[in-house]
Amino acid sequence: MLTGLTKRGDVDTRALAKSIRIHALRMTSAGGSSHVGAVLSMADILGVLYGTILRVDPQAPNWPDRDRFILSKGHAGAGVYAALAERGFFPAELLRAHCQDGSAFSGHVSHKGVPGVELSTGSLGHGLSVGTGMGYDTKLDGQAFRVFVLVSDGECDEGSTWEAVLFAAHHRLDNVVAIVDYNKIQSLASVSETLELEPFGAKWVSFGWSVVEVKGHDHDALKQALTLVPAEAGRPTVIIAHTTKGKGVSFMENAVLWHYRTAKGEEFERAMAELEDAP
Amino acid sequence: MRNAFIARLSTLAARDDRIMLLTGDLGFGVLTDFAKSYPRQFLNVGVAEQNMTGVATGLALGGRTVFTYSIANFPTLRCLEQVRNDAAYHDANVKIVAIGGGFSYGALGMSHHATEDLAILRGIPGITVVSPGCLWEVEEATETLASTPGTCYLRLDKSDAGRTNRPREHFQLGKVRTLRSGRDVTLLATGGILGVTLQAAERLAADGIQARVLSAHTIRPFDAETVFQACRETAGIITVEEHVVDGGLGGLVAETCLEGGVVPRAFHRIGLRAGFVSVVGSQEYLRAHYGMDVAAITARASAMVRGLPQRTPDTKVGLAR
Repeated sequence: MLTGLTKRGDVDTRALAKSIRIHALRMTSAGGSSHVGAVLSMADILGVLYGTILRVDPQAPNWPDRDRFILSKGHAGAGVYAALAERGFFPAELLRAHCQDGSAFSGHVSHKGVPGVELSTGSLGHGLSVGTGMGYDTKLDGQAFRVFVLVSDGECDEGSTWEAVLFAAHHRLDNVVAIVDYNKIQSLASVSETLELEPFGAKWVSFGWSVVEVKGHDHDALKQALTLVPAEAGRPTVIIAHTTKGKGVSFMENAVLWHYRTAKGEEFERAMAELEDAP
Repeated sequence: MRNAFIARLSTLAARDDRIMLLTGDLGFGVLTDFAKSYPRQFLNVGVAEQNMTGVATGLALGGRTVFTYSIANFPTLRCLEQVRNDAAYHDANVKIVAIGGGFSYGALGMSHHATEDLAILRGIPGITVVSPGCLWEVEEATETLASTPGTCYLRLDKSDAGRTNRPREHFQLGKVRTLRSGRDVTLLATGGILGVTLQAAERLAADGIQARVLSAHTIRPFDAETVFQACRETAGIITVEEHVVDGGLGGLVAETCLEGGVVPRAFHRIGLRAGFVSVVGSQEYLRAHYGMDVAAITARASAMVRGLPQRTPDTKVGLAR
């Protein structure tokens, strides 16, 4: 493990986020896979979640009362695999298999053969429905856990996302927390050029959610927002995290190109140097 | 069939509070008692089948057995990817129930005709696919599926063959039932059209033809052995389904027999070959219109037994729209 994390208790979320970025760059490069920009965008969110927020136990990944974390933007699965490895769910050496022939570590996150992955995703617009089902489930039993679902801005184009948004508010699932990785860049172009989401926070408010807007790379802000959930009793919470796609590698930041491009050769070396040199 | 289903599900829900029923805002008058009796186990998710299936998966992953309920293609095709990626891939205990199999809602138009569901659902790995033909099969299948692990599909029909069980008969998932013995020809049916098939067998008997009638209530897993036996012992196999002939029961029998090296002497699939239906009408009307009523089954079986050359209507399959 890069950061020498302990298996329980708080860890240095910034160090964890840095490790996630480094792993993800290496994994996507070695695997010739895409979406490194999408991982870099949410690495700080994952660092805070897996570092200090989620009640999970690497020694008991199926502990019934664990908090559920669903990566609905499954294309950024490399980030979750990295976070789980860093938290000790499995040895980090296994990450080398990412996207390799015969590997369980698929480009889009999959639970089969990977301890700690709550839900397999990859097609967008699925995670929030399943997460709300989990939230409803535990509410029926007196609520043993919380559910955190990380969605992309692009997948807020999906109608099914909004079906789940309606459902969670109607049933007052205040144990459900959606986090939007709002980097404002989709697959081919910016969100505003593709399908405008603004006024984005107002949409969630009008659907009955509590909305918290944060700077998505500010660990203190993320930690505060994610600690103070539900933001209001009786309402699901959405944390709209304003992020930068490709965050941490100068030439990847805010660039549509790095949704799909794989860093190779000199590009990889430059990117890795920037990530390793970061505080 | 839906009343038989909900009655048995109510019994099961009383015994096991982990059983839940989710509806996509359908079931007026049918689900009311269940909702009143088991409010914690009932949920109307609204007109949102994708979310219904996702929510069902979330509930199921928490240890519940969750039935999703809607009409025709809404709990299947409308949310097929949720069925595949969320429920089936996670081996979630989600039991998808579609009422209105085939032409049950014939007059409502093609949107409400469930005529491709068996082929599509059986193409998804891990899903148990059940299409009962009589009320007893509905009740027994409901109970069996509630304790069958993983994702299942239960296709219900407005029509049924009454109660075809023998005294003390034990229902076996994945086992083809023999409802009528005979060695001249085999009629293998799935779904409510089993009733029509039994009537056709009666008429054939009056003409001196003894048809074996088999009920394939389970499409997957499939009982190859009983079908192989029918291939060996009768002059031919006719499959009967209120479903397109491509990939449904007929397709399943063809691929099973060919791969198993047990080829019937003659084989024909009765089902929908005309592409999307171009007219509406009652279930009975549409069956007659599209060649899957008593007369059509009888004529086909009779010709097969006599060894008459049979015009194969398949030549236009794939062209008709």
